[in-house]
Amino acid sequence: MSFFEQLLGGSRRSAPTAKERLQLVLVHDRADISPGKLEALKDELITVLSRHIEIDRRAVQVTLTRDREQQRLVADIPLASPRARRREAG
Amino acid sequence: MTAKIATITSGKGGVGKTTATANIGVALAALGLKVVCIDGDIGLRNLDVVMGLENRIVYDLVDVIEGRVRLRQALIKDKRQDDLYLIPAAQTRDKTAVSPQDMIRLTDDLRPDFDWVLIDSPAGIERGFRNAVAPADLIIIVTNPEVSAVRDADRIIGLIEAEEKGPGKLLINRFKPEMVRRGDMLATEDILDVLAIELIGVVPEDETVLVASNRGSPAALDDRSKAGKAFRNIARRLNGEDVPFEILEKSDGFFGRISRLVRPGEG
Repeated sequence: MSFFEQLLGGSRRSAPTAKERLQLVLVHDRADISPGKLEALKDELITVLSRHIEIDRRAVQVTLTRDREQQRLVADIPLASPRARRREAG
Repeated sequence: MTAKIATITSGKGGVGKTTATANIGVALAALGLKVVCIDGDIGLRNLDVVMGLENRIVYDLVDVIEGRVRLRQALIKDKRQDDLYLIPAAQTRDKTAVSPQDMIRLTDDLRPDFDWVLIDSPAGIERGFRNAVAPADLIIIVTNPEVSAVRDADRIIGLIEAEEKGPGKLLINRFKPEMVRRGDMLATEDILDVLAIELIGVVPEDETVLVASNRGSPAALDDRSKAGKAFRNIARRLNGEDVPFEILEKSDGFFGRISRLVRPGEG
C-alpha cells in the first residue's frame, strides 16, 4: 500500500482480513464441524422444524460462535410472518 | 541439578523451531546454565548444522535409546560454550525407532546433570511430535504472524491441552514490525487474542539469523543481532527473570505518526 493510500486510511490493509479469516477457521477447527457439515445440519433442522412450525426457511441462520470460555452453536430461526402465512394460505 | 525439560514445537514446518532451539540453548548457556539440546527430528537431522557441530557427530539419539552406547558418549560438547551439549538425531532411521517412553527415560537420565533439556520437535502431529512432547515440563509453540501458521499453532495448543501438558507458551518468529505498522501483518495482540495463550517472546525477521545459520554460529551469540537479542530475552524469561516485552511495532517513524494522526486509535 502506498503512503498516499495509507494517508487516506486505505481500506486494503490485509491484517484485519487475516484475523477475521483466522477466527472463522478456528471456530470450525475447534468444534470439528466443517462449514459443509454445518450447512447439512441447517438443512436437517429446517426439515424437522417445518414439520411442527412455520418458519421463514430462507432467513434461517446456523453459526458457530466462540467466547473465551465456550463454543456455541447458534441457530436463528425466524418464524414465518403472519402476512406471509396468510399469503401462503390464500 | 534437576533439569527442566522444554519442547519446542509448532505443527507447521518451516516456522523456525530448530533455529529457536539452537538460539535459546546458546542463550541459556550464556547465562551460566548447563544445557543439552536434543534433535527430535529423526531422519531429518538439522540441529547439528544450525549449532555448527555437524563435524563432531559420532553417535546419535537412536544409538543411546537402543543401548549401543552410553548417554555420555552421545553428548556432543559445543565448540564455544562449555556448558552446552547436543544429542543429534539419527539420520538413517525413522520416528518409529523411538517411543514416548524412551524419551521420558532418556530425559530422566539427563535431569540430574543439567539445568535445561531442550527438545527440537519435528513438524506435524504424529509420532515424532508425541515423542518430543512426552517428557516436557514446558512446551514452547513457535509460530509466524501468518494465518496458516497460527491455525496450526491452535491445533497444537489443543493437542497439548488434551495431554495435560498445556497451556504452553507462544514464540512469535519472523515478525516484521514495518508490516504490522502498515496494517499488513497480524500484530502480537491479534495472535494472542485468537490463541488465548501466554507469550514467551517475539523474534523479529532478521537477516543475521540466516548469516548465523550459514556459519553455524547461532544469532544469540551476536550482540548486534536484533533476533539474537530477542532470543537472549526469551532465555532470561525462561530463567525466571521478569524481562519486559519489546514493543517492536511501536518504534514509530514519521510515516507511522502521520498514519496514526489520520486514523486515531488504529495504531
